[in-house]
Amino acid sequence: MVTTDPDAIAPATRTGQVPLTLVGGRPPLPTYLRQVWQRRSFIYALARFRIEAENQQNRLGMAWVVLKPLLNAGLYGTIFGVLLASGRPPHFVEFLIIGVFLFEFFATSFTSGAKSITANTALVQSLAFPRMALPIAVVVQRLLQFVPMLAIMVVVVAAFGHPVGPEWLLLLPLTALFFAFNTGLALIAARLTVHVRDLNNLLPFITRITFYTTGIFFSIEQRFADDPLVLRIASFVPLHEFLTLARGLLLDDPAFEAPPEFWLYAAVWSVGVLLVGIVFFWAAEERYGRTD
Amino acid sequence: MAGPTDPHGRRPVVVVDDLHVEYRVLTTGKRAGARDVRGGLLHRGRTTRTVHALRGISFTAYEGDSVGVIGANGSGKSTLMRAIVGLTPATRGSVQAAGRPSLLGVGAALVKELSGSRNIVLGGLALGFSREEIEARHDDIVAFAGLEEFIDLPMRTYSSGMTARLKFAIATARDHDILIVDEALAVGDKGFRAKSEGRIREIRDDAGTVFLVSHSMKSIRDTCSRTIWIERGSLVMDGPTDEVVTAYEAR
Repeated sequence: MVTTDPDAIAPATRTGQVPLTLVGGRPPLPTYLRQVWQRRSFIYALARFRIEAENQQNRLGMAWVVLKPLLNAGLYGTIFGVLLASGRPPHFVEFLIIGVFLFEFFATSFTSGAKSITANTALVQSLAFPRMALPIAVVVQRLLQFVPMLAIMVVVVAAFGHPVGPEWLLLLPLTALFFAFNTGLALIAARLTVHVRDLNNLLPFITRITFYTTGIFFSIEQRFADDPLVLRIASFVPLHEFLTLARGLLLDDPAFEAPPEFWLYAAVWSVGVLLVGIVFFWAAEERYGRTD
Repeated sequence: MAGPTDPHGRRPVVVVDDLHVEYRVLTTGKRAGARDVRGGLLHRGRTTRTVHALRGISFTAYEGDSVGVIGANGSGKSTLMRAIVGLTPATRGSVQAAGRPSLLGVGAALVKELSGSRNIVLGGLALGFSREEIEARHDDIVAFAGLEEFIDLPMRTYSSGMTARLKFAIATARDHDILIVDEALAVGDKGFRAKSEGRIREIRDDAGTVFLVSHSMKSIRDTCSRTIWIERGSLVMDGPTDEVVTAYEAR
């Protein structure tokens, strides 16, 4: 059989040209990243097919991608907005929907990213490809599922009377930063889970703690208005920055004005976590799929 | 480093040098980590046992070799194959290979919630094919695996034989450098075995290198030019298939 694109297959497949290398080593980082880039259609196809498979198993299919976070928002809205209604921030419905939807992207990327290697042992053990494709595919899948959520979010917010403006377009770079951040986190979690399987049991706790502490259904600024230290700390929490920025863009209320330096903080976090994640994941490449 | 060529001028593709693999196992059967061996607060009193799975194996496989690997159950054949792809780390010694081999073992589907067809696409993309190349090979792969009727069903509904057939068909669609088949053909039916042995001979003749682990001496004789016999983690014999298999059967 003849392959038309020699670069597509591990370069120079014919053994005559491939030098012997120590098995159990890993390619240098630039080579490795190039191999990952060559697998971009694998990453995209895996993400797309997974969504399809998830949808086929349910009668409502794709609708669940939107229904689930909506139900979540409804539930939390009832509990924290009606039953425990003290200190409810203004524009509560929009506030909550933005919070829950963004959190959903974060939490699903993190939890399924963490399992991306351990849950795909068969794939990892039988075929040779750069393993980084797996956690990235998970986050791409969550990004594809986040897009309809983003649309619903925008519609809901507009329906509540917030004027649509050109600054709403800034949601796109914000999503890009959020995607980079989530990818970095998924890479770190994927490797950690390989070393310490027990982490799988801790994942729900970690996401729940994050959910209750990051101001999804209450406003950190309002709750800790007289505690500058807490506000200072919160301003360095990446998830808090993403939420605040998104609310600042969409909600027409000076109370939600996001400090402009949050863009800088969020960008630094995203790029930083992504770079750390890439190096950290690559450094254990030969370890994934091992049976010991 | 290209390594020396053999007398016929063929290049070495797998060089295994004094390979030792040891597992440390807790008596409960759980694999022990370094922590368990040191014995800490949580691990005091647990006893560990060292299993010496491979005891100094050395050989060189060249391009165009098809190497049969034989030996009793538990002799270390699968450990050796996993060490060649890097799934089991060497305790001592080293394994060098040209490229990253694919390992076909008996076991789970690639992505079991997806259809066979989707798995062909994913497997092909993971191996580095482009979408067009996969489209072009898709029907051949399906036909080779003999799964025309079932290709749109999720792989979790496949039998172990069907799974092995599809995995073999996907992995061998690629112009192969090194392929390791660890008893994956044993679950296939007779017709498929004959077909896949033919494919292995093709890969061999095409200057690829194939390792075939099997308990079927007929398969080994039909496909392998050279055979390695392993017993209790040591190499007993390495030579032309005919000689080694005859000696093995006479043991």
